[in-house]
Amino acid sequence: MQNENFKNNQRIVDVRQVRKFICFVLISALAVGALPLSALATGPTNFTYTYNQWGSPIPSPDAYRVTAYILGQHLEFNGENVGAFREPQDLHVHGSLLYLVDTGNNRIIVLDFAEETTVVAIHSSAMLDGAEITFNRPYGIFVSEWYASYGEIWLADTMNQRVLHMDADWNVLQVIGHPGIYGTSLLEEDSNFLPNKVVVDFSGRLFVQTRHVNRGLMEFDRDGTFAGYMGAPEVVVGPADVFWRAIATQAQRDQRLLNVPVEYNNLYIDSEGFIFVTTAQEDIHNPVSRLNAMGDDIMIRNGWTDPIGDVWWGTGADRSGPSELVAVTTLPHDIFVVFDRNRGRLFAYDSQGHLLYVWGGPGNREGFFTFPTALASMGYTIFALDGGQGPNLGALTRFDLTEYGELIKHAFEMYQRGQYEESYSYWNDVLRMNGNFGLAYIGIARAHLRMGNYREAMHFFRLQSDYLGYGRAFNFYRRIWMEQNFWILAVVVGVAIVVPPVIKIVLKLRREINES
Amino acid sequence: MTAVKKHISSEAVSNYFRSLAFSLYTMRRPLDGFWDLVHEKRGSMAAAHTIVILSILVQTVYVTQSNFWWIDIPMEAFSSVYLVLNMVLPLLLFSLANWCLTTLFDGKGRISDIYMAYAYAMVPQTLIRIAIVPMTFILTADEVMIPIMLFQIGEVWFVILILCAMKQIHDYTFGKALLTTLVSLVAIGVMVFIFLMFFAVVSDGIAYFYSLGQELMFRIRRG
Repeated sequence: MQNENFKNNQRIVDVRQVRKFICFVLISALAVGALPLSALATGPTNFTYTYNQWGSPIPSPDAYRVTAYILGQHLEFNGENVGAFREPQDLHVHGSLLYLVDTGNNRIIVLDFAEETTVVAIHSSAMLDGAEITFNRPYGIFVSEWYASYGEIWLADTMNQRVLHMDADWNVLQVIGHPGIYGTSLLEEDSNFLPNKVVVDFSGRLFVQTRHVNRGLMEFDRDGTFAGYMGAPEVVVGPADVFWRAIATQAQRDQRLLNVPVEYNNLYIDSEGFIFVTTAQEDIHNPVSRLNAMGDDIMIRNGWTDPIGDVWWGTGADRSGPSELVAVTTLPHDIFVVFDRNRGRLFAYDSQGHLLYVWGGPGNREGFFTFPTALASMGYTIFALDGGQGPNLGALTRFDLTEYGELIKHAFEMYQRGQYEESYSYWNDVLRMNGNFGLAYIGIARAHLRMGNYREAMHFFRLQSDYLGYGRAFNFYRRIWMEQNFWILAVVVGVAIVVPPVIKIVLKLRREINES
Repeated sequence: MTAVKKHISSEAVSNYFRSLAFSLYTMRRPLDGFWDLVHEKRGSMAAAHTIVILSILVQTVYVTQSNFWWIDIPMEAFSSVYLVLNMVLPLLLFSLANWCLTTLFDGKGRISDIYMAYAYAMVPQTLIRIAIVPMTFILTADEVMIPIMLFQIGEVWFVILILCAMKQIHDYTFGKALLTTLVSLVAIGVMVFIFLMFFAVVSDGIAYFYSLGQELMFRIRRG
C-alpha cells in the first residue's frame, strides 16, 4: 500500500510537500540524536534469544526480568537472620507459599510471596509419634494441592533413606522407607534407597524419583506400599549399535557401555496430573517428557526441533555438549519451562513444543546461575534456584514477565481460547517489539485463516515455513479459485482433449498430400 | 565462407538436434536406444554436454523455485558451486571409474561413450523435475505423495537407464553390467577417499612446515 502511495506522490511533486518532508526528517533526526544513551539501554538484560526455523539462534527482547534475587542472608525470621542457603535443591509452590529445601542446612524454609517476601516458617524437624525427628540432606518436597490430600506434605529425606508423609502441621503420618525385595525387578536389600524428588497425584499415588535407579519412577500406593515402576525411559538401539555388537567379541562387548535406560533427575506434576520428567544423561532422545498415568510419553513435539534445550552447542567457557535439563515447571496455558544445568539457561516451550524464549546463562550475576537445581512457578512468575556450593551462591531468583512477555501471554490467552481474531492484534504488538518471533507470524496466519483471508494466511505461514498451515490455507484458496475460474480449467482440459487428435489428423493429411 | 556457414547450418546443426532429440528415444527404448547411441553414432558429445548443462539449470530452478513445502532451504545457504559439483562430480567420477574398470573386463565402451550414456540417462529425471516445480504450486503438503512418487519414478528410471546403457555400451550380459556398475560405485568411494586423504595430508604437511617456519622466525627474532 505505502509503496503505491509513494509512487503516486512521485508523479505530482509538490515543492511544499518536499520541504515539509525534509523538515520532518531533520526534526526526527534531531530528536533521535538528543535521546540520552541511557534511555535507549533498558538496563541489565538476560540475553534472551530464540531459534528460528533453520535452527539459528536469534536475539529477542527479554520476556522475563529479575524482580528479586534472594540470598539466605537477606531474609529474617522471628528477628533473626536466616543465614546463607547451603546447596538448596528443591522448590515447591503451594498457593502463595514457596517451600525451599535448604539441603545443606537440613531445613525447609517457607516463604510467602503474597505481598512482600517474608519467611513464614523454618522447619528443621517433624513430629513422629510424639518424638522429634530431624532431616538428613533432604532433596525434594511436595505439598499437595489436590482435593483429597490438600496441604499434606511429602518430603524426600534422602540421606535418611525415607520419604516422610506429613500433615500440614508437620506431624508424620507415614514413613515410606526401603521397599525391600519385591518380585525380581527391585532394589537389592542391601542397596541404598535414595529418594530424590517426589510428587503425588490426585488419587494419592506417590511417585519417587530415586537416585541410581534407571527403571523409571518408583510408584507407591496411598498406603505406602510399593506398587512398581512407572515410565521407564525407552532404550534406543540404533542400527550402528546392532552392527558393532554383532561383530564385537565377548571381551569387547563387556568393555562397552551397557545399553540401559537413562536415569531421571527431576519430576513435576502439572495441574492435569501429568508428570514431567527430565534427564541429563548424554545420548538421550528426549531430555524432557510428559508422562500419562500409564507411563507413556505424551509430550507433543511439533516444534522445529524437539524440546532439547540448546540447538547450537558452541563450546566456550568450559562448557560444551548438549543442554543438561535438571528441572521443569509449567506456566498457565500449558507452557513449560526447563532449566539447563550445563549453561544455566531457562527454555520456555508452548504446549505444542514450540520454543518461546531462552534466557539466563552461566555466572554469578543476577539472572545467571552457577549450579541450577530447581524451578517453581506461581502463575507466570518463575522461581529459579541456584544450588551453588559457595557461601553466597545458593540463591533464589524471581522472574516476572516484561511488557513483551505480557503481550505474548495475552496473545496465548486469546489463542488458546480459540479467539484468533482477538489474538491477532496482540501478535501484531509482539511483532512490533520482535520481528523475529516466529509464533507470532503463525498466530497471525491462523487469525487470517479464520477470517477467510487465505492469501494473507498463506503469506504468513510461508514466512515461518509452516507447510501444513500453508497447505490448509492454500486448499481453501485453491477451491475458491477453481469455483471462480472454472472456465479456465474447462478450456485447458478441452484443449488437452481436442488438440492432439487434430494435430495427428493434420500431420496425416500433410503426409498424404506430400506422398501423392 | 558461405560454404562453411552453409555446411554448419545444414549438416552439423541438424545432426546436433537429431542427436539431442534421440535422448527422448533412449529414454523410452533404452536397450535399443543405447545400442544405437554408440554403435550407430546416433548420439553426440555436443548433445551430451547440452543435456548436462540443461540438467544443471533445471536443478537450479528446481531447488530455488519449487514451493517451500517441497524444497525449503535458506537462500543464504544456497551455493551454486555446490549444486554444480553435486551434478557434475558423480558424472565425471562415474565415467572415470567405470571406464577404468570396464577396460580391464573387456568393455567395448570408451570413456566418452560412458559420459554420453550417463548424460542421456539423466534426461527423464530432469524432465520429471521440470514437471514437479509447477506441480508444487497447485498441490498442498497433504498431497505430497504425488511429487514424491514422481521423484522416485525418476530415480528408478535413471537406474534402469544406466544399467541398460552399461549393458549395451560395453556389450555385456545384464548380470555383468549390474556387477560392474556396483563395483564402479565402490571405486568412486575409493577415489573420493583417496582424494580427501591426499588433501588432508597435504594441508597437514603445509601446516607443519608453516608452523616450523613460524617457530624459526620467533627464535631468530628473539636472538
